[in-house]
Amino acid sequence: MRTRTFRTAALAVVAVAGLGLAGCGSDDGGSADTQTAGGTSPGEGVDGCEQLTQFGDLTGKSVSVYTSILPPEQAAQEQSYELFTKCTGAKVDYEGSDQFETQIVVRVKAGNAPDIAYIPQPGLLKTLVGSGQVVAAPQPVADNVDKWFGEDWKGYGTVDGTFYAAPLGASVKSFVWYSPSMFKKNGWTVPETWDDMLKLSDEIEKTGIKPWCAGIESGEATGWPTTDWLEDAVLREDGPDVYDQWVNHEIPFNDDKIATALDLVGGILKNPDYVNGGFGDVDSIATTAFQDGGLPILKGQCALHRQASFYAAQWPEGTKVSEDGDVFAFYLPTTSDDYGKPVLGGGEFVAAFDDRPEVQAFQTYLSSDVWANEKAKATPGGGWVSANTGLDIDNLASPIDQLSAETLQDPEAVFRFDGSDQMPSAVGAGSFWKEMTAWITGESTSDALKNIEDSWPSS
Amino acid sequence: MSTPEKLLQMVIAIAIFYAVVAGILLATQFFKSKTGERIQAAAFLLPSLALIGLGLLYPAVLTAWQSLHGGSNIFVQEFVGLDNYKTLFTNSQELEVLRNTLLWVVLTPIVSTGIGLVYAVLVDRAPFEKFYKALLFLPMAISMVGASIIWKFMYDYKAGDQTQIGFLNQLLVWLHLDTYNFLLKDPWNTLFLIVILVWIQAGFAMTLLSASIKAIPEDMLEAARLDGASGFKIFRHITVPSIRPTLIVVLTTITIATLKVFDIVQTATGGNFNTSVLAYEFYRQNFVANNQGLATAIAVVIFLLVVPIVIYNIRQMRKLEAR
Repeated sequence: MRTRTFRTAALAVVAVAGLGLAGCGSDDGGSADTQTAGGTSPGEGVDGCEQLTQFGDLTGKSVSVYTSILPPEQAAQEQSYELFTKCTGAKVDYEGSDQFETQIVVRVKAGNAPDIAYIPQPGLLKTLVGSGQVVAAPQPVADNVDKWFGEDWKGYGTVDGTFYAAPLGASVKSFVWYSPSMFKKNGWTVPETWDDMLKLSDEIEKTGIKPWCAGIESGEATGWPTTDWLEDAVLREDGPDVYDQWVNHEIPFNDDKIATALDLVGGILKNPDYVNGGFGDVDSIATTAFQDGGLPILKGQCALHRQASFYAAQWPEGTKVSEDGDVFAFYLPTTSDDYGKPVLGGGEFVAAFDDRPEVQAFQTYLSSDVWANEKAKATPGGGWVSANTGLDIDNLASPIDQLSAETLQDPEAVFRFDGSDQMPSAVGAGSFWKEMTAWITGESTSDALKNIEDSWPSS
Repeated sequence: MSTPEKLLQMVIAIAIFYAVVAGILLATQFFKSKTGERIQAAAFLLPSLALIGLGLLYPAVLTAWQSLHGGSNIFVQEFVGLDNYKTLFTNSQELEVLRNTLLWVVLTPIVSTGIGLVYAVLVDRAPFEKFYKALLFLPMAISMVGASIIWKFMYDYKAGDQTQIGFLNQLLVWLHLDTYNFLLKDPWNTLFLIVILVWIQAGFAMTLLSASIKAIPEDMLEAARLDGASGFKIFRHITVPSIRPTLIVVLTTITIATLKVFDIVQTATGGNFNTSVLAYEFYRQNFVANNQGLATAIAVVIFLLVVPIVIYNIRQMRKLEAR
């Protein structure tokens, strides 16, 4: 405790010294100076408020938050902020939008940015930092992230060497959904390697069931589930380093290694013996809504469906999602032991457009283990997880969330963020989706990858 | 800012606007001479000219200017000259968008007006005319997005051995034919999307044309019949020439609506499988791909395509009103 008190005092000194420089604090490449409102914080002596008292008495202040997280998840979010209000006196104005990704850009352009935005893509964070209006994270946030999150996660909140945004929620994409009861009845076991998975697929196919089902239709985002497939395959075949080079365009998009990985995916998704259980031929993947993609598992029309942890929300009411229930997920196996246990996932990042004390206090709160556990407790229905290692897995309600958290906290896990969310939007929200859709409906691997390579913005 | 605050601001802005306009008009009423009248006329015109300038001209010029810019930082764009236009007219994907737009613009007005015209003539003075007309007119009352969702279900695809959700594929199953993935194979999928807009617009065409047909003088038709003209000859030589101005207004109005078609493509296919059109591509480039330069270039091209049709349309409407 001694060190913490000392640090708080030191920060207070820095903060007071920094008051005069508040306006230019964000451009020095380091973290923003910590601000304080002075006075006695209402959280003094209250359990869980230890980190927030340094910001002083924030009674009557408010923080505006803009996000893509909508009801019903919004209620749990807002509930988890109650402790923040108790600790600081400041309240949180929550605004959700289903047009978040486009509207945040419009708002920043118009000089009408919120105090805080939850940004679901590192690529979008980079775009917004280009506006010069995003402020660097204050020291307490950086300290929290160093303590509770892996370096990989901190990297995704960093642009050009400056750390801006702490991670918020997370999702795990490297999952294959299956039916435990169906597996038990047929004597199938969860595969441990990619080859085992193909052997299992052959075995399932012999019973007359198409082993895999998939759907990639998602309106203008059609194709994204295939991009996840390819990313998972690159991570398994070529490892995280090649993956990063590929995502950052240090190797061409159509490098031979990527082509091999895509063919690995094609061995399943474009194999007419394997797909598309419950829907039709290979082409039907392109016109099947991603929400419907895995549902034939429940009717016994297919056995395997690769999709993220958040697919749990798609199962109809009454479906038992657990290791001995109707459906559950297993970790998408690796092709070799060379690269540990790569985990592909997604998540949101907390970016601030202002450095008032209440904004910094809220950033600090969200990056702490205290908030992660508050949020878990506020989500009794499940469907939320964080990569915060301070999160107690027992606080998570649903088995699939627990599995996700275990996967994220596994010391062997190498986390990589969804690549399409990091690429420039012309590729990540454009040609990558489009070409992966065209690839499913017949385009060759080399043509698809070359078209994406050609569309990469030159500047 | 909260909603009441915004409302208050709006009220204040309107009050200021009224005060300024009233002030100008009061000030100019003292001019009595011929020049004074001119000043008065100018004072009356000024507010609307200012609003047009601010709400229409300024954004239009800004859009044209932005179409000459590009670059990866959307907050600080660089000048790139005509590069965006070059992309639009050389990139194979954008060329497909132009091809699809052409298909839409040619087919939709002709087919919907054709169906509307034939239907209007057939049900004219038939028993239950109003009921039949209502049948064709009803889709007009459905929003574009609603209509697209309905048709998306109509076109839904499942393999022949699965339970069908889509009505058209169920028909194929009943006929012992293979099911067909309507929205997937280009260029046919664009035609199936055009069907949706025709379904909506045919009622509009029929209503206007029917009113126009009813305005044809009865004695003209009677004279033709006495001369022994057949039904088709009456249609060809009397009905069509008499309603020609209306026909042109209907055709051009639907053409303009077609150039702006966006909802159908977005809802039914999301622009995938080579079904994108200019208006949708504009949205996609601007808001999804964050490519503002190319998006504004597309907007300028749509504008250039619409302007001559609008001018022609207004001229025809004036002629129609003059009769």
